[in-house]
Amino acid sequence: MTQSPQAPSGADLPRLPVTLSVNGETHELTIDPRVTLLDTLREHLHLTGTKKGCDHGQCGACTVLLDGQRVLSCLTLAVMHDGQSVTTVEGLGTPDHLHPLQDAFVRHDGYQCGYCTPGQLCSSVGTLDEIARGVPSHVTADLDAVRFSAEELRERLSGNICRCAAYPNIIAAVTEVHAAGDGA
Amino acid sequence: MRAFAYTRADTPRAAAQAAEATGTKFIAGGTNLLDLMKLDIEQPSRLVDVSRLNLRDVTDTPDGGLHVGALVTNTDLANHPRVKSDYAVLTRAIVAGASGQIRNKATTGGNLLQRARCPYFYDTNLPCNKRDPGTGCAALRGLSRTLAVIGTSDACIAQHPSDMAVALRVLDATVNTLKPDGTARTLTLDEFYRLPEDTPHLETTLEPGELITGVTLPPPVGGTHLYRKVRDRASYAFALVSVAAIVDGDRVRVAFGGVAPRPWRVPDAEDAYARARADGRADALIDRAFEGARPTEENAFKVPLLRRTLKAVLAQAGQEAQA
Ligand SMILES: Cc1cc2nc3c(=O)[nH]c(=O)nc-3n(C[C@H](O)[C@H](O)[C@H](O)COP(=O)(O)OP(=O)(O)OC[C@H]3O[C@@H](n4cnc5c(N)ncnc54)[C@H](O)[C@@H]3O)c2cc1C
Ligand code: SF4
Ligand code: FES
Ligand code: FES
Repeated sequence: MTQSPQAPSGADLPRLPVTLSVNGETHELTIDPRVTLLDTLREHLHLTGTKKGCDHGQCGACTVLLDGQRVLSCLTLAVMHDGQSVTTVEGLGTPDHLHPLQDAFVRHDGYQCGYCTPGQLCSSVGTLDEIARGVPSHVTADLDAVRFSAEELRERLSGNICRCAAYPNIIAAVTEVHAAGDGA
Repeated sequence: MRAFAYTRADTPRAAAQAAEATGTKFIAGGTNLLDLMKLDIEQPSRLVDVSRLNLRDVTDTPDGGLHVGALVTNTDLANHPRVKSDYAVLTRAIVAGASGQIRNKATTGGNLLQRARCPYFYDTNLPCNKRDPGTGCAALRGLSRTLAVIGTSDACIAQHPSDMAVALRVLDATVNTLKPDGTARTLTLDEFYRLPEDTPHLETTLEPGELITGVTLPPPVGGTHLYRKVRDRASYAFALVSVAAIVDGDRVRVAFGGVAPRPWRVPDAEDAYARARADGRADALIDRAFEGARPTEENAFKVPLLRRTLKAVLAQAGQEAQA
């Protein structure tokens, strides 16, 4: 197969069709393949709940659920996810019907400026599911017996950086939701 | 990010053929490649998306080992029942790396091919032979605290950052590949990773278009499986040094991370261990494995740190064997 080694100029780049289900709603988009999932959500779908922090995988602010698993939306391209489903913080709950984690974050003072919060919430949903499925972490002693603990939570949420350092209150909020058994 | 053409491949062979042309790269999880593309360190003109290829299964091999598809995510590999029971060092190493979000996306093939974390490799204003061959190495007289102490050259002293690869080395895993012409290869990790010598930009022996299809683990080795990672903070940081070990009485297998351009294992050092007196075993192993090490002033601490880390691992193995 012969292909030009030269990069195509932006103008000749074909935009590609992508169908994404976001928070239960289907969107048919035609986008530049360079656009990350994060920029698709914010710039194309105007879902600005998901935050851009570092844009390089280091802070967790852009965490969303992709087919139910937490991932960093800044390090993946929207075109790679044709036909998949995404849940953002807007899809977890609404101001009138908060997700139990959103409600617990409010009551436990789990945020200050709030910038990291959408990522913390999506990551917490993913984390509770991973613990329920028995996925081990770096601090799991017995690989076949994953148990919920504050230590497990701290390790598993370490990819979500909070510059306001709301960490103890986040742990309290997620712990309460886990105890009530309604984190999913 | 620079413009690139994007295609998706339906079969491994089609992917390899589509990637043969200069300037083409595969994308799997994207967690390393996209970071580097945003920084203009990687500049592919075409991406071949392999993320939907049917290489997502972990299967038993006829001899009792395991075959891991190249697209199995780090989370799924770490959580596989047979990996947890028979190859626990691999689970331990994977969960010591990155964050849950990244491990959910990172793949087996992509993890092996993640690029160096040298500060100058990431700074496009400074010379780096790996990023821009022939420009020089800013690290030699610069910030080298995190970099390699052995296997390096005057052209490059970067260390390989993968945790998973260190466990794969101790397990004697092999990398399975497919070339555009349809031929398949099986490489040990020492055959797969090149040392930098005077071509540090060439990190593996993969040929243009050659696709990693999976990794094969030989039948399990009994003993206590441990991975210990020492880093600047408790989580979400790359290793300063790491030790992957399988300890079974007087027999031990050990590979080291964070210290060399590839996972570092010296089988002779394991023999030296078996011959040494019980109280001098860790010293005998480290002395032999790091013979000829050329640390910089800034990273000379890594050798004594490894010595203590290995002692801690051996002590832990002793306790676990008694329990
Ligand atoms: C903040 C952060 C912290 C991290 N911390 C750690 C850590 O502590 N330890 C650690 O080990 N890792 C760490 N990582 C790295 C992470 O593990 C890698 O980014 C990931 O494993 C790469 O896998 P991927 O599938 O996303 O690869 P991609 O980004 O998709 O690809 C990486 C490279 O592999 C090539 N490639 C991918 N698949 C194939 C294939 N099948 N055949 C041939 N070539 C292929 C691509 O062309 C590219 O060059 C960290 C990453 C980030 C962003
Ligand atoms: S050590 Fe290697 S990666 Fe770092 S600046 Fe030198 S050549 Fe580049
Ligand atoms: S914005 Fe994605 S991890 Fe920081
Ligand atoms: S609440 Fe401000 S960054 Fe976390």
